[in-house]
Amino acid sequence: MTITPETVAFAIMSVLVLGGGLGVVSSRNLIHAALYLALTLFGVAGLYALFEAPFLAAVQVLVYLGAIAVLVTITIMVTRRLMGITENVNRQWPVAALIAVLAAAILGFVVISQFAGVYPTQAVPPDTIERMGQSFASHQGFLLPFEVASVLLLAAMIGAIVVARD
Amino acid sequence: MIPLHLYLLVSAGLFCMGIYGVLARRNAVAILMGIELMLNAVNINLVAFWRYISPESLNGQVFAIFVFAVAAAEAAVGLALIISIYRNRETVIAEDVNILKW
Amino acid sequence: MADVLASLADIYTTIGNLLTRLFVDVLGASPELASGIIKFLGAGLLATSVLLILVFNIWFERKVMARIQDRIGPNRVGPWGIFQTVADLAKLFTKEIIIPDGADLVPFMIAPVISVMSVVLIWAVVPFAPTLIGTDLNIGALYFVAVSSLGVVSILLAGWSSNNKYALLGAFRGVAMLVSYEVPFVLALLVPVILSGSMRMGDIVRAQSIPFLVVMPVAALIFWIASVAEVGRQPFDVIEGESEIVSGYHIEYSGFAFAMFYAAEWAHGFTVCALMTVLFLGGWRGPGAEQIPTLGIVYFLGKTFLVYFFQVWTRAILPRMRIDHILSFSWKFLVPLSLVLLVLSVLADKLGQLYIPGYAVAGSFVDLLPRTALLLVVTLIVGGLAALWVAGLGRRERRRQEAALSVASIEGRAAQQAR
Repeated sequence: MTITPETVAFAIMSVLVLGGGLGVVSSRNLIHAALYLALTLFGVAGLYALFEAPFLAAVQVLVYLGAIAVLVTITIMVTRRLMGITENVNRQWPVAALIAVLAAAILGFVVISQFAGVYPTQAVPPDTIERMGQSFASHQGFLLPFEVASVLLLAAMIGAIVVARD
Repeated sequence: MIPLHLYLLVSAGLFCMGIYGVLARRNAVAILMGIELMLNAVNINLVAFWRYISPESLNGQVFAIFVFAVAAAEAAVGLALIISIYRNRETVIAEDVNILKW
Repeated sequence: MADVLASLADIYTTIGNLLTRLFVDVLGASPELASGIIKFLGAGLLATSVLLILVFNIWFERKVMARIQDRIGPNRVGPWGIFQTVADLAKLFTKEIIIPDGADLVPFMIAPVISVMSVVLIWAVVPFAPTLIGTDLNIGALYFVAVSSLGVVSILLAGWSSNNKYALLGAFRGVAMLVSYEVPFVLALLVPVILSGSMRMGDIVRAQSIPFLVVMPVAALIFWIASVAEVGRQPFDVIEGESEIVSGYHIEYSGFAFAMFYAAEWAHGFTVCALMTVLFLGGWRGPGAEQIPTLGIVYFLGKTFLVYFFQVWTRAILPRMRIDHILSFSWKFLVPLSLVLLVLSVLADKLGQLYIPGYAVAGSFVDLLPRTALLLVVTLIVGGLAALWVAGLGRRERRRQEAALSVASIEGRAAQQAR
């Protein structure tokens, strides 16, 4: 593989994603875990940009970094009386690690055996975002799932307010 | 161009870290963060397959957007539940919330 | 001669072509490398000028505020004190960065960087002139909302990592406010996006043969209020609140780290003015700007500074609001109003396209007149009803307070007489 700007960007983003992920599951200080989560989310946004899906990259930054990461951080701060816990993993962590490693092995095997060396055959059509917007509003497209997602978000909003209220 | 399997390997690694986080962490917020990692890994896969296999169809991107919506709803409700549990039981450790356990 | 004039008329393209020729022909770089280098240089130039214009802006703001408050303002360094900011910066740069005990070092040092980044990145999609724009992303509007939401992260980081209760309180208040005002901000932003049918900043400007401020004044007002809140200026400066929480999240910062927060804040103030210009005032549009792109930046900066002047004006004359009032104002007034406005204007626009002959959604000044008239009527009705409602609320509250006051005074007098 030759070194192009794309491969460099991919290397940086995958280091961000994987390093951040490792930080999320391993850091004892939960705030640091949340910061690593933000790093991972940013890296994933970078990967979307590499996939030529700028809309998804922007939505990833807006929804995940601007909302979910902030929400997680605030929750940790609000419940921080218990932040000084030294033991951050439960008794079943060796089993969990085993399962994770096994899953990684299986997934890695499947990926390498099935999808090695697949390259994109077509360019991304320039009107992708327009067509996506139209498909959200057309009954041949994704109108019903779109409305269901809206109802889900509304229900989640009301539910969150009701649950978290004193 | 970067071959597809490298992206898939990154996403597989992220997914397995998420599994470990969900299964091994004690703090409920940390478990939620593990779930977020897994959702992101799924999203990387969806968009990668969209880009490499069928960029002319919209399904991959649209699915990723629905995953965003679900993730946002899950984070809001999950964190509200955690705050509510913390108010009532003074704990955010998942094992200590065992009043339903018989 | 005509060639020279033509190249001067579009000086940005000319400079770009000259630089490309320099790199390709003289230095022997490949065309891709040359365009990469030029993009890199352009990004550096843009980011630097955003921060450099602050030197003038800070002086301008201090001077205007001083005049409004019947003071003279900075007047020692240079003519009219114009180099005051340079002196201040020199002082800040030489100061030590004090790291408080128990601070979380890495987040503490990253926070100011993120806060500057979130502001400077916005300028990548701001069109200065028809041919001068960092990158005309097809999702420009979404892009700047996304990067400016990073500012919230930096405030939270700074507040938490300082290991200071005032900083944390300021950060909590700030995040609550910024997240609340992001909703009306985005909803008001959707109005120009829907009217122009594009999220590309260049297209939004091109669609404004009639500025959207005239088409949708209430949306522009909501955007303006929300963007002032996003910046955290008076009357929304509870993030800092010097007299309550001693300047909030950056209380523990000093020297260069503080200078970065300071720069980010002021740059953000100027940036939202630029966005307001692009989205509602027609950006670089002005007499002759289409033919002579060089003029575009003049109109753009002129309009931006006009908006900036209004921002300084509001800042100087309004008191700080209480945090709960700020939040209810957003959730109970701005969000419903902008939702109603958005839905009704889209509905009216669609009905107009179906039933009104000669109704155009794009074109020249005259073509757009029917649409402007219809949407203006809708906007003014919605805005007028909202204003009446708010006035009613205010009247009721005032009557309630007056009643409480008179009861209290009667009781007080009775108590005095009994004594």
